[in-house]
Amino acid sequence: MSRRQRGLGLVLALVALLCLPLWGSRYLLDLSTEVAIFALFALSLNLLVGYAGDVSFGHAAYFAIGAYANAILLTSYEWPLALSLPAAVLLSATAALFIGYFCVRLSAIYFAMLTLAFAMLVWSIAFKWRGLTGGDDGFIGVRLPAFLEHRTAFFYFTLAVVLVSAVLLRRICRSAFGHTLLALRENRLRAEFVGIDSRRVRLLAFVVAGGFAGVAGGLFALYNRGVFVESAFWTESARVLIMVLLGGMYSFFGPALGAAVLYVLEALINQYTEYWPAVLGLILLGILLFLPEGLVSLGRRWRTPGDD
Amino acid sequence: MFANPAFLFTQVLNAFSLGMNLFLIAVGLTLIFGVLRIVNFAHGAFFMLGAYICYSTVQWVGGRGVAFWLGVAAAGVVLALLAWGVERGLLRRLYDRDPLTQLLFTFALVLILGDAAKMVWGTEQYSVPYPAGLDRAVDLGLVFYPRYLLFLCAAGPLVALGLWFVLARTRWGRIVRAATQDREMLSALGVDVTRVYAAVFAAGSALAGIGGALAVPRLALSPGMDATLIVECFIVVIIGGLGSLWGSFVGALALGFVTVFGAVLLPEWEIVLTYLLMLAVLLWRPWGLWGRPEAGAAE
Repeated sequence: MSRRQRGLGLVLALVALLCLPLWGSRYLLDLSTEVAIFALFALSLNLLVGYAGDVSFGHAAYFAIGAYANAILLTSYEWPLALSLPAAVLLSATAALFIGYFCVRLSAIYFAMLTLAFAMLVWSIAFKWRGLTGGDDGFIGVRLPAFLEHRTAFFYFTLAVVLVSAVLLRRICRSAFGHTLLALRENRLRAEFVGIDSRRVRLLAFVVAGGFAGVAGGLFALYNRGVFVESAFWTESARVLIMVLLGGMYSFFGPALGAAVLYVLEALINQYTEYWPAVLGLILLGILLFLPEGLVSLGRRWRTPGDD
Repeated sequence: MFANPAFLFTQVLNAFSLGMNLFLIAVGLTLIFGVLRIVNFAHGAFFMLGAYICYSTVQWVGGRGVAFWLGVAAAGVVLALLAWGVERGLLRRLYDRDPLTQLLFTFALVLILGDAAKMVWGTEQYSVPYPAGLDRAVDLGLVFYPRYLLFLCAAGPLVALGLWFVLARTRWGRIVRAATQDREMLSALGVDVTRVYAAVFAAGSALAGIGGALAVPRLALSPGMDATLIVECFIVVIIGGLGSLWGSFVGALALGFVTVFGAVLLPEWEIVLTYLLMLAVLLWRPWGLWGRPEAGAAE
């Protein structure tokens, strides 16, 4: 695929998405909205996993913080969405700054364990702070602004927010900062020798990724009209990691593709069996053993070298 | 609470028996990490399978005496075989891959084994009574206390000492310790390192199964029990230091005491307390109490 062909493909996909409400069923529209939200969530995680080479096993924490903050500010405090969503994102990023400060002192498996531990701390607080979050009953009945009541409007709103966020993330990944992250992933020691402050750069990536996860979480609280404590549990962090791996962590859009494929597969397989987790486990095994660079690498096989 | 010595004494025993049960499970996780450098999320699923196998054995054999101990043995044997098969068939292909691949591989096992348990045992809750001989309470002077929990209090230190003896004083232990230090050198000395890996993975997983079987009389069996237990195991080994035997012993005790006394002093918030304990340890010593920074793991 040449660059022009890929650009054409993206435009066609976008047009198809924009036309979706015209011919798609309600179910398809809802599914697409959810996929868009989780695509953004997976893209944000890939800034850490694919670019910085830091495996965060607690990314669900920032999604959940964004979701709870947006839901609570909108509903309990009756803030307008134009304020509550940015505030939720700010809160997620701040939490990521605080937690990341400790996590970037470690790397590899220790980094993964510490991010998991902090995420479970967030989960336990959400679980126990009933007065604020509703505990294990969940925070239900999120007040939606009137203009988002209709599912078509909500779909366009989500699509717009996700697209703007994805474009921003892509700009970040292609900037000098993004290349610095790649340098750290490839060889931390050499990158430090040329004067890169690795902790600071990795912390910045952690904050940015947490912020965008907060955007996805804030949207999901609106879509779901509620937030449940499971969204901060460690299995949710594992699920978004699977999306990243499935699509391909060495490509910018891979994780978004992974999110879409995961949702479509889940919808299909749930029609035949109640054992979707086992099927997902088998798919995961297959990807890990035979397609470590994800679905994106299937497309690469037909691409001539050097046209990127 | 401190004015009532009987109550305090009971709580201390509760904390100790809970801690020792956690140790029996978590020590396998730390052993596996020490040698294979893999954090095994499936350890919780292995624990759950051990518990279910013990339950089924008790049902099948019947009675309250020997059936339970057969169940414990069966859990250990089945889990060792299962883990050996997993290591030989799948895991060994992934040793030179990145941590993400290894973590997600063990998570794939969690998904598959969790559903497999649901297919076999359904979604009902099960429980098993205390085994005969350990089902009464014993008079400790200050209070009466269930014998089974005292048995757990004794089993923890005994297993810890046994493992320490094997690791520190036998040829096998020397090989395992050598594998934690330098696998390439060990292989150059003519030891088949892949067999060491398989043996350690099988032994560690058997400990998870036995720990699960021994936990059965203490708690109700239900699907999903593995997801919370594995996090407790992580807390234990993170506090103690990944790969350290005595670290996991102390970590398990610490978690037992924080859980039990947290529930008394600050009810509802004991879960949060356990995470705060772990974070406090990590801020003080980033690699846990007995953990050592790995070469290249941090700057």
